[in-house]
Amino acid sequence: MHRTGELYGHFETLEQQKETAALGMWVFLVTEVLFFGGLFLIYTINRHAFSTAFGAGSNTLDLKLGGGNTVVLILSSLTMAMAVWSAQVGKKQLVSLFLIATLGLGTIFLGVKVIEYKQKFDHHLIPGSSFDIRYHSEHSGPNDDPKEIAAEKEELEKAFAADPDINAHAQLYFSLYFGMTGLHALHMIVGAGLLLWLIKGSFAARYTPQYNTPVEIVGLYWHFVDIVWIYLFPLLYLIDRHQ
Amino acid sequence: MSTTTLPAPVHKMPREDYLNATYGLRSWLLTTDHKRIALLYLGSVTVFFFIGGLFATMIRIHLLTPTGFLVTPETYNKLFTMHGVAMIFFFLIPSIPAVLGNFLIPLMIGAKDLAFPKLNLLSWYIYLVGGCFVLYSFGTGGLDTGWTFYTPLSSVYSNSAVTPAVIGIFINGFSSILTGLNFIVTIHTMRAPGMTWFRLPLFVWAHYATSLVMVLGTPVIAITLLLVGLERMFHLGFFNPALGGDPILFQHLFWFYSHPAVYIMILPAMGVVSEIIPTFARKPIFGYSFIAGSSIAIAVIGFLVWAHHMFVTGQSTYAALTFSFLSYVVAIPSAVKVFNWTSTLYKGSISWDTPMIYAFGFIGLFLIGGLTGLFLACLGLDIHIHDTYFVVAHFHYIMVGGAVMGYMGGLHFWWPKITGRLYPESLARTAAITLFVGFNLTFFPQFILGYMGMPRRYHTYPPEFQVLNVLSTAGASILALGYLLPMIYFTWSMRYGTVAGQNPWPATGLEWKTASPPPTENFDVTPQVTWEPYDFKDRPDLGLGPGTPLPAPAHGDD
Amino acid sequence: MQSQVPLYPEQASNFAPHVDNLMLFITLICLFFAVAVTVAIIIFFFKYHRKKPEDVGVPIHGNMILEAAWMIVPLILAMAMFGWGAVVYVDYRRAPQDTLDIYVIGKQWMWKAQQPNGLKEINELHVPVGKNVRLILASEDVIHDFYVPAFRVKMDVVPGHYNTMWFRPTKSGRFHFFCSQYCGTNHAIMGGWVTVMEPAEYAAWLSGTSGGQGNPVVAGEKLFTEKACATCHVGAGVGRAPSLNGVYGAKVLLADGSTVIADEAYIRESILQPNAKIVAGYQPVMPTFQGQVTEEQILALTAYIKSLQSQPVPATGSGVAPATEKK
Repeated sequence: MHRTGELYGHFETLEQQKETAALGMWVFLVTEVLFFGGLFLIYTINRHAFSTAFGAGSNTLDLKLGGGNTVVLILSSLTMAMAVWSAQVGKKQLVSLFLIATLGLGTIFLGVKVIEYKQKFDHHLIPGSSFDIRYHSEHSGPNDDPKEIAAEKEELEKAFAADPDINAHAQLYFSLYFGMTGLHALHMIVGAGLLLWLIKGSFAARYTPQYNTPVEIVGLYWHFVDIVWIYLFPLLYLIDRHQ
Repeated sequence: MSTTTLPAPVHKMPREDYLNATYGLRSWLLTTDHKRIALLYLGSVTVFFFIGGLFATMIRIHLLTPTGFLVTPETYNKLFTMHGVAMIFFFLIPSIPAVLGNFLIPLMIGAKDLAFPKLNLLSWYIYLVGGCFVLYSFGTGGLDTGWTFYTPLSSVYSNSAVTPAVIGIFINGFSSILTGLNFIVTIHTMRAPGMTWFRLPLFVWAHYATSLVMVLGTPVIAITLLLVGLERMFHLGFFNPALGGDPILFQHLFWFYSHPAVYIMILPAMGVVSEIIPTFARKPIFGYSFIAGSSIAIAVIGFLVWAHHMFVTGQSTYAALTFSFLSYVVAIPSAVKVFNWTSTLYKGSISWDTPMIYAFGFIGLFLIGGLTGLFLACLGLDIHIHDTYFVVAHFHYIMVGGAVMGYMGGLHFWWPKITGRLYPESLARTAAITLFVGFNLTFFPQFILGYMGMPRRYHTYPPEFQVLNVLSTAGASILALGYLLPMIYFTWSMRYGTVAGQNPWPATGLEWKTASPPPTENFDVTPQVTWEPYDFKDRPDLGLGPGTPLPAPAHGDD
Repeated sequence: MQSQVPLYPEQASNFAPHVDNLMLFITLICLFFAVAVTVAIIIFFFKYHRKKPEDVGVPIHGNMILEAAWMIVPLILAMAMFGWGAVVYVDYRRAPQDTLDIYVIGKQWMWKAQQPNGLKEINELHVPVGKNVRLILASEDVIHDFYVPAFRVKMDVVPGHYNTMWFRPTKSGRFHFFCSQYCGTNHAIMGGWVTVMEPAEYAAWLSGTSGGQGNPVVAGEKLFTEKACATCHVGAGVGRAPSLNGVYGAKVLLADGSTVIADEAYIRESILQPNAKIVAGYQPVMPTFQGQVTEEQILALTAYIKSLQSQPVPATGSGVAPATEKK
């Protein structure tokens, strides 16, 4: 397929090309909504059926890390929007700057996610044969606050009284936790790859007020991934916490 | 035209088209030309069609006697499962859209290619990767869950290779999503000047509706089957009642895609028929906007009827009433299409060419398939015929009688455009009639079997059902012959068929305004559309009608 | 079996004539449309066959009245089919009060049935003619489906759920039943025979072969003590939990103000997920028995709770709503 400047051969005008790319991204995001939608539906039904176990699961999540990550991600949406704006008004150096900032914030988010996953692994909260929701309260480390551990123990006891099968049901919670945040993280990694590609282009001063389609559609994607997290955070971290 | 500056060499050298523009395996495997990708799909779906067909043949042979004499129960269960998976996910769903849709949509709307040519190639590779996973599953232990993968049978109890199969179907889903996405965007933004929405061929409307279903439904089945795979691998419990999950939830998610998936198969076939009928009746289609609108209506309402597969799962009576009601509503747009096609024939100038025979076959079989859907949508009756051979017969009438007849008709209709050559007409007509007869003999007895109470997926059955089963097997052997014949003469015609010319039928669509086979970029000059769809009266370029001299060879672009 | 190929199976239950009439009704309507369209196509096919190669058809673009007609008329007919089908279905899903309850458990690949007196059968089911029979269906593994073609009824047997189906046999004899939901390797041989007997014969058959220890009510009573249910569920309704006397079939008032009919599914849920529906005036103190009782034990407990009908329903304090539906 031949290409003239930024215009691919099967398009008549740059405008048509841009419209096509943007529509393509929107349609793609619609499929993504349905993709996550299946998981959200399964989450909702199970949350309703096993609210005790899901509440106990929520309690094990670190609100500080999760909340901090939410702020980081919202900031990255801001820098992404700034990058798109800079490209549209032709501030070529700002484009690179904001793209790098976005990538940096995205990386911080993923780093924090790794820390959280590691914590779950240490606390035997990975679904499987070694899963034990009581593990942490019974094997507390030196850094843990004994008061918190005692409170956690008490809460878990109550939960067990209400739902003796809580270990099985909490595994459902953690399957969904890892499934949903993992799928989200995968989207972040893909986004980071796209950002790298954009940064390379921005160093070559490729994005101009006339041609900035790639920045714009990656921006759409990045905002979508952020919005998914805006739903995931309250669903996984906040509902039924310490009821 | 600009090419007329060098007349002499044009006559000696073969004209450059998409087939001979470049040579070598690389030029095919890395092509972004939608027409070449369509041919890549044609090859790969044909392979899956014959794999699925082989399984079907073994099933029918096995069922000749009540006790079954060919295979063990395990093998029989694997045969019908693999038949379903190969045929539905790897033949029927990609068949018309990815082969004919891919080839024709840009030509029909006057574009040089689809909106995202590289994505188009990618979707073929994704299809191949998904296909390899599924073939790996078939080869290493097979698959015995039924194509419906009902949990907890598939997620806990089955000992067959379920995991690679669901991963394969998950991957293949993205091929479908990308194709649908490509079509939607192409139809929105790539139309030639003058090609307004209501001048679009109905084939394009049908594909637009199909693409909506692909884009909205496929992600749900993808995530659902992925979860089944994860359940098997990590012993999770989303759908396993022993771990607190709900097997009925799986069915809801599965049918949320898999019912609309039926429309992915049948809508494009309806699109094909809507092209063939006006062409061979030589008159505008009756009720253009109603046929176009009914495609969209089917796609939209089709998303709201999924739980009619679950009337006897114990779902609430109110849910059952709602879904039964909506299932009757979705029948109306299908009926509208059939009535409009029939009315198009009135006062036409009807030829008996092969594509038209297929179109008539389609209407006849779809009529039976669609009307028997009314039996199954009926709550009181479904209690009795659900999960019997009645269902098997019904959906084969839709999927094979409808979708495959449409696909075959379409292949014949556009074969001259695709290859530049005509197939042998009388042989093709014989094959079409063979298929029609064989099909009815195979599947009509199954309606009676089902009403008599023979459940589906039985490797052995009470002796009172034998007569009808033997009839069905006899029909299947005729059917198999009917499918082999086109394979042979199509292959033969690629080399020895009569050269077709630009517009052999003649037909009114834009795809017939370029050479056969078309050049790589489809049109030498971006076409301007000034005529209404299926209009034979104001088209002197077609060379038809009273007082018109027989076609002047000057078709402009040659 | 008749010598020629029959078109429908024997009619042996109250539903069979209804379903067959429905079938006939829909067949006639569909046949009318199928024949009309086919005849039209064939006539057009020959009448308007192309005479000269350059002929074209008469351009007719459409007709609004026709379009409206062939949307509205089929819609009306479709609604008739829907309505009639719905009537039969609703009747099928709502069992009458006076049923003979038989428990049926499906497992790969056999059916176990238990008669009211505890008699167990495998791949056989005996029922009296003319009596309303209700099957309470449970599965031990995957989804099965209990299907009796001669009765025109089937129902999925779903693990983790209770489903019920009912019918009134109208004819003595032996009829096939099948598993009609694909359930694995031997799905096709997971079937058996329903034997429909005269009521007197049935009674004789039951007493002649009955096993006292197998009686689910007796087994359930034993379990009720063993699992310490009786500690809280005391008869007079003064314990920590509601009295179960007369609860079966009654309307129960829940803590959230709603009411629910105490049927088998409710009792099962209350054993496995006690906190799902809390009876008004009580605390959620009951532990779940998920994983601690088998399907058969739940059936026994349910049978026992159903048998607790002798004592009068206390006016208040049991959670039973004042306006009971029971006779």
